[in-house]
Amino acid sequence: MELIGLANYALFMGIFIGIYALLALGLNIQWGFAGLFNAGIAGFFAVGAYTSAILTSPSADGRLGGFELPFFVGWFGAMVAAALIAWPIGKICLRFRSDYLAIATIGVAEIIRLVIKSEEVLTNGARGITNIPRPFGDLPYVQSQLAYLAIVAAVLVVAYLMVQRQFNAPWGRMMRAIRDNELAARAMGKNVEYRRLEAFIFGAALMGLGGALFAHFNRSITPEAIDPMVATFLVWIMLILGGSGNNKGAILGATVVWIIWSVSEIATDQLPHEYAVKAKYIRLFLIGLMLQLVLRFRPEGILPEPLRGDTRTDDNAVK
Amino acid sequence: MLELDQLVMDFSGFRAVNGCSFRVDEGSITALIGPNGAGKTTLFNLIAGALVPTSGTIRFLGEDVTGLSSDALFHKGLVRTFQIPHEFHRLTALENLMMVPPAQIGEGLFANWLSWGKVRASEAEVEQKAYDTLEFLELTHVAHQRAGNLSGGQKKLLELGRTMMTDAKLVLLDEPAAGVNRTLLRKLEEKIQILNKERGYTFILIEHDMEMIEKLCDPVICMAEGAVLIQGDFQTVRSDARVLEAYLGETAGEVA
Repeated sequence: MELIGLANYALFMGIFIGIYALLALGLNIQWGFAGLFNAGIAGFFAVGAYTSAILTSPSADGRLGGFELPFFVGWFGAMVAAALIAWPIGKICLRFRSDYLAIATIGVAEIIRLVIKSEEVLTNGARGITNIPRPFGDLPYVQSQLAYLAIVAAVLVVAYLMVQRQFNAPWGRMMRAIRDNELAARAMGKNVEYRRLEAFIFGAALMGLGGALFAHFNRSITPEAIDPMVATFLVWIMLILGGSGNNKGAILGATVVWIIWSVSEIATDQLPHEYAVKAKYIRLFLIGLMLQLVLRFRPEGILPEPLRGDTRTDDNAVK
Repeated sequence: MLELDQLVMDFSGFRAVNGCSFRVDEGSITALIGPNGAGKTTLFNLIAGALVPTSGTIRFLGEDVTGLSSDALFHKGLVRTFQIPHEFHRLTALENLMMVPPAQIGEGLFANWLSWGKVRASEAEVEQKAYDTLEFLELTHVAHQRAGNLSGGQKKLLELGRTMMTDAKLVLLDEPAAGVNRTLLRKLEEKIQILNKERGYTFILIEHDMEMIEKLCDPVICMAEGAVLIQGDFQTVRSDARVLEAYLGETAGEVA
């Protein structure tokens, strides 16, 4: 009995790590590749979650949809919607330098949260959207969890391969060059504004996908899920700890931070009742402390940005 | 090829370039000299599109390019280097060169997913060109180092290397000789002459190394206080009384 509980917990954790790894990969494109300080991850996460929820849930009174479309249509729609939202935001905000961009994106994420909370016709307001179908959700509990973990893992692998392909490709090289020295990249003929917008949209699409996976796993989405603490700052800590500019690092960071975050909940649950209210803040403190230590002693993260290396000798070695 | 007409650049009350006019002929190597603060680098920034002039016009290849962005000018064939090296510090030296060629197929996101074969073929070409350039600059041994870890002189060479990675028409070099050792400097001069003669590059150099200017440049333009003081061949400019006073100093004529 105990063992099954533990297995369940591990499955649950694995699914969340997968979802967060997608968010961290998205942020790595924006920050690690392009140097864009997006502090509004929660906003794109929410757009993705709600888009897929509306597209796939059964039709309900008093709100838009649902359209009962297959889940993969919803997930694709989530990416498209997040990308479409990112486009005007990027168009306006990417003109700001890094710290101002952070402030602007925090603001935008907050606007999205408030719109979701108050536009009942679109999102059913504070009650949120329920009855979102989960693929293989009809299976018995453990099997269903396992099947969902497999889907999340598959999505993550595909996303990782697609992002990793870009890193050393001319596109990624150009993005990293723009990140390192905007003026010189411009002098070398690169259209900095356009390219930044591309990276911003690409990253936002992955964040939207992460949101959709989250909504389908929970079978529901409410405005409370769009907590900037959990959906934005936790992702930042994951990327910085894992190693920004390194896709494997992003995934590793998501794994490490989520395990600590999740296990710390078990620990704080053991606290005497009078401390239980403070438990959330103890966990936040732990995560904050971890970030401080990483920034102080290993600012490049566990896995630093990789060097391109000599691909010619690698080729020779294969021959 | 390049015509500047009454260029003025104000920085909130401070006038760095003050009614500067001159023209550069195709195929020439023009030197831009003058004391510190004469406005040489600001002028480069104006020509290269990094700054927009307060007034005046810039014509490049017969076309008014005033106010055009530097990436647009790059595609018209105008490439520049920076006085203070602007390397891409987390990219390797090789990558610093490989990013330069315009319109690489792999600069499109989707090309890297959908036609990786074509991207790889183009990459192989670009990589070879980058290795050749590094070899010429004697930087092969640091090809896979982060550019930010290179020495000041090596960064300077990398700057020059970037201009060799594309088919430029006009190249602006901001103090290419500063911090570069003498033997390499001679090679550099040679390379500039080769690029000029065989590939038809036109050059404008900001330089303080009189030896290099004498060997390479005609005409020489001396700037002072944001305007052209005198333009002519090296001997004329060097022996001009105003240049001696403003820049070279009384005895420099004999030393050089």
